[in-house]
Amino acid sequence: MLIKSIFGGKSEMTEGSAKKCPVVLMTRVRLARNLDSVPFPGWAKKAQRNKVLETCLPAVASLSQMKRGITAELEELSDLEKQILVERHLISRELSSSSEKTGVVISRDQSVAVMINEEDHLRIQVIKSGYRFKQAWTAINGVDSSLEDELDYAFSSKIGFLTACPTNVGTGMRASAMMHLPALVISNQMEKVVRAVNQLGIAVRGLFGEGSDASGSIFQISNQTTLGESEQDIIKRLSSVLRTIIDQEMNAREKILEKDPNKLYDKIGRAYGILQNSHLLSSSECMNLASLVRFGVDLEMFPENTRNIVDRMFIECQPGHIQYHAGGNIESADRDAFRAAYLRKQFEGVEKPIFNIHENETKDQNSESKEGEKE
Amino acid sequence: MSKPLKCDICDNPATVHLTQIINNQIHKIDLCESCAEQKGITDPNGYSLADLLVKPGQVEETAEDNALVCDECGYTQRDFKKTGRLGCPSCYETFAGLINPALSGMHKGEDHKGKVPEKALERKSGLDRLHSLELDLQNAIDSERYEDAAQFRDEIIALKRDLEEEEREQVDAD
Repeated sequence: MLIKSIFGGKSEMTEGSAKKCPVVLMTRVRLARNLDSVPFPGWAKKAQRNKVLETCLPAVASLSQMKRGITAELEELSDLEKQILVERHLISRELSSSSEKTGVVISRDQSVAVMINEEDHLRIQVIKSGYRFKQAWTAINGVDSSLEDELDYAFSSKIGFLTACPTNVGTGMRASAMMHLPALVISNQMEKVVRAVNQLGIAVRGLFGEGSDASGSIFQISNQTTLGESEQDIIKRLSSVLRTIIDQEMNAREKILEKDPNKLYDKIGRAYGILQNSHLLSSSECMNLASLVRFGVDLEMFPENTRNIVDRMFIECQPGHIQYHAGGNIESADRDAFRAAYLRKQFEGVEKPIFNIHENETKDQNSESKEGEKE
Repeated sequence: MSKPLKCDICDNPATVHLTQIINNQIHKIDLCESCAEQKGITDPNGYSLADLLVKPGQVEETAEDNALVCDECGYTQRDFKKTGRLGCPSCYETFAGLINPALSGMHKGEDHKGKVPEKALERKSGLDRLHSLELDLQNAIDSERYEDAAQFRDEIIALKRDLEEEEREQVDAD
């Protein structure tokens, strides 16, 4: 029932915007909020957690943003359902593993999700495809303000919204961008970028948050500090770092094409070959292949509409999604076979990559700039 | 490299050296393996705990004084040190002496500059006032001060009307 409505609706994550966005896959903002005078979920007794759930679940579900959305207590969900929600970034792994008196409300378009009794009483998140912090903030600010009408938040005029962990106090906001950085990974520059970015109070994580690996060259970049700056200032600071990373990635791409195009063409060509012909594919291999094809789309080696297939792969090739599509619990080896079959079908109609397009382009650009110099 | 470093917590030889740069300030901690494990530092994801340890001297000083307990929820200073998390919103006052100095190392500043839940605060202060007026009224009646009681009653009626009006306006605005 739940799963059907999840797959029935359009998702911000899998459909993406029509606008071309080579580096930033999606933008996310989350707010941590707690009820006044109630222990935080990690310390609250079962009865208190239950009371929080009973107060918050209907308050969130009745928001206009949640009209015809999904409301569930985690206890009611199967493991597979929980796994699918995690893979779609709608709940955290923490919430899925601690299911005592926890709940989630998800909007119909899956762009708004509110977790109840995770680390904080409320974790509100808004996801937007592409690079759209402004819209994400406007949307989440609206949800938060409407909830404030119903619920008494724990707030201090000195240190802001009070959260279970002091690292979230203040705005309680974490803004993050999911970035696809294949050229920085291929040219071994990611470590350098991570170090530089960390010094600016910005964190870099893998696709599925803390502790996850960066398969598919996808990184989550987010603010680490939440107190002492307004939400807008945090987003501004984060955005300027993101723009620098985008520039670095673009430079790295140009350099690879200039220095060693065959190495790149070989990777992309092989990825295409494997996706069309393989019979066993693990999810991590699949992520890396998707990453290479997406890189190819950015370089116009594949038609633009291939981007949708690839962006969907990042989510739909995760183990939970594969099991759902296969119609139930299947073993890992069977999943790999099913995944390979699914992708052979997806790539059946995708035409061969065009390899020489850039050589001409760079030559054109060079001659143009030379002409410019003459003037 | 001349003298071996000692663990900041237990004086055993330190084998784990953590350096963090937060807001261009360098924080260094040296720990022995067992203390590091205890503090979650060997776990690369556990660095929010390490944030709380940035001033090890301070932690040692207060470790002797383990008497702080939150009146509201019963959370102890030991619980806080173990988890790096707090028990309830009131813990921020109970453990202010421990948290506030750590906040400046963890964040960009020590004061909230972001969104303020105006409506919730207004409503709360209105309800607080109503509650205290009701107590005043009860006291006045108990001690047979009927003139005072009549005044409190009128104030309560007026305040209730205001609060209801605000709520209606909000509904209309929605």
